[in-house]
Amino acid sequence: MSGKTLYDKLWDSHLVRQDESGTALLYIDRHLVHEVTSPQAFEGLRLAGRNPWRSESILAVPDHNVPTTARAAGITDPVSRVQVETLDRNCSDFGITEFTMTDLRQGIVHVIGPEQGATLPGMTVVCGDSHTSTHGAFGALAFGIGTSEVEHVLATQCLIQKKSGNMQIRVDGTLAAGVSAKDVVLAIIARIGTAGGTGFALEFTGQAIRDLSMEGRMTVCNMAIEAGARAGMIAVDDTTIEYLTGRPYAPEGAQWEQAVSAWAELHTDADAGFDQMVSLDAGALAPQVSWGTSPEMVTAIDAVVPDPDAEVDPVKREGMRRALVYMDLQPGMAITDIRPDHVFIGSCTNARIEDLRAAAAAIRGRQVAAGIKQALVVPGSGLVKQQAEAEGLDRVFTEAGFEWREPGCSMCLAMNADRLEPGDRCASTSNRNFEGRQGQGGRTHLVSPAMAAVAAVTGHFVDIRQQEAG
Amino acid sequence: MDKFTVVSGIVAPLDRTNVDTDAIIPKQFLKSIHRTGFGPNLFDEWRYLDHGEPGKDNTRRPLNPEFVLNQSPYQDAVILLGRENFGCGSSREHAVWALLDYGFRVIIAPGFADIFFNNCFKNGVLPVVLDSAIVDRLFRAVAGSPGYTLRVDLPAQQITTPGGEVIGFEVDPFRKDCLIKGLDDIGLTLQHADSIRRYEEKRRLEAPWLFNKQSEK
Ligand code: SF4
Repeated sequence: MSGKTLYDKLWDSHLVRQDESGTALLYIDRHLVHEVTSPQAFEGLRLAGRNPWRSESILAVPDHNVPTTARAAGITDPVSRVQVETLDRNCSDFGITEFTMTDLRQGIVHVIGPEQGATLPGMTVVCGDSHTSTHGAFGALAFGIGTSEVEHVLATQCLIQKKSGNMQIRVDGTLAAGVSAKDVVLAIIARIGTAGGTGFALEFTGQAIRDLSMEGRMTVCNMAIEAGARAGMIAVDDTTIEYLTGRPYAPEGAQWEQAVSAWAELHTDADAGFDQMVSLDAGALAPQVSWGTSPEMVTAIDAVVPDPDAEVDPVKREGMRRALVYMDLQPGMAITDIRPDHVFIGSCTNARIEDLRAAAAAIRGRQVAAGIKQALVVPGSGLVKQQAEAEGLDRVFTEAGFEWREPGCSMCLAMNADRLEPGDRCASTSNRNFEGRQGQGGRTHLVSPAMAAVAAVTGHFVDIRQQEAG
Repeated sequence: MDKFTVVSGIVAPLDRTNVDTDAIIPKQFLKSIHRTGFGPNLFDEWRYLDHGEPGKDNTRRPLNPEFVLNQSPYQDAVILLGRENFGCGSSREHAVWALLDYGFRVIIAPGFADIFFNNCFKNGVLPVVLDSAIVDRLFRAVAGSPGYTLRVDLPAQQITTPGGEVIGFEVDPFRKDCLIKGLDDIGLTLQHADSIRRYEEKRRLEAPWLFNKQSEK
């Protein structure tokens, strides 16, 4: 008999029951909750007179709507405030642990789960948020769900699911200096397309993936959803264990030893098969920049804006044309000639301590360029912010002319006051470049933290490999 | 959830690939704590020429005449025809609530993003995957005769064109049954409460750390 993939193992260990058609009831270990996708679920629960099945499996945090300035003054937007207060009330009514807006541990839900050790290997982790795939970096099965499913998990601790296919994405070789996890995942999406992973659970493997820190692995898994896959995952190894050691929610003592030995099984067996395999050479990767309005519209920093006329598929060609009009770019233009006027360093993709270190290192002692209207750094959590301040990173940014903010989703989706105006062009470390994502009429270029930081001090995109070499 | 058996009506063509849930319902409307009322803001940025905000009177806003839903007779459409990777991006169920609130009960496309696809079934909206060549043909048929209608029969898993052509489609049997009967999934799952408890007991022995109480440290 052939072996099991990591996904097979995670699936099998959480199967409560399965009917003949393959519809399964899957047990959920960790339920993360934020303010935007949960109010209707709690309302449904109340209307049906139900209670959460296991409140202690839930960790809640407001992140999407919270202001990133003057936190102590509360939320001025009355609609946002009601949503955050609704979360507070739901959590206190149902006995759910919540890191409220003024808690030092508050932050983006996908940053704080791992940071607290609330995300552990071998778990099933869900959240009413598509970037829940982030947590797969720990050898967990983690995926985003809709609000009806949030209610279902609250009420039953389970989800009705069908098993996905297995897809392996192998990244061999070693990344060049200046090329990061973000570039790896953008290149993967450019390769397989935004629907390439639809119906699959992705497992990222290969030397370049093993060499990544946990922060880097989270960046890669975070964007699995942008490749169409609900879940992305990476096998457990020493890097995983080391990251989790001593985290507040991680097990301790004899239980820790027991857990670590169980986690050693969380990898794909040598004789397991995948339904699909893709491989990339890390050594050949350049820093990536998105030029369009879909995360597959990505190219290398040393390339040019592609020409729709060269695309044979008429539907794709029309999509490219529309994107170039929206982005106000011409085919054939060098990517290094694109001049952002905003820079956003933040989001659940790239707002962890390592991201802030990389960004700060790239610009230390330099100044934000004259053409930049705003450069924002929004740490992923209160603890990331505290750590960065302890390392003096905040001063590197503020002395360069960046704004140093309170943690939250911020300009990743512009639900709070941080947003682009029509026509603004932003170098962003976030994950989505959809039309209007960062504010109506705003134009987003997805890049790594170091690439975004250097764009801020030079006023255009730069091939940071040359800088790193020099 | 409303039961779904047969839906007939006007087909609105939305000829774009990768229509994301941010476009279906922009973020500022996600601040609502209710499930209804999103219809007037469906495709807000494409549909109106000004910037929409919650609480704004949508009847007084300037419409974008280029956008399909602002053209007659598509205001009354109940079936939406889309392209590859429909509903990608954010998991926001508000996207489905907005489509439903507007009046759409069926979405036809060559492919859907997984989370969106799931969310449709939870709200009595039927997403139908058809071969891209057939979808292409439907786009041409709609362009050739605005006001084009289709009849979608879920029990029979068939779509009938005005000319009498019958197109079959696949649907997961469990989801089909839930949709036809308008079943509440939670109620169904709770019938298996004993299995869930048994699973928990077994799992607690194998991996006790998963059941630790969260202590404040
Ligand atoms: S940072 Fe952006 S992508 Fe991540 S959870 Fe917040 S809004 Fe979603």
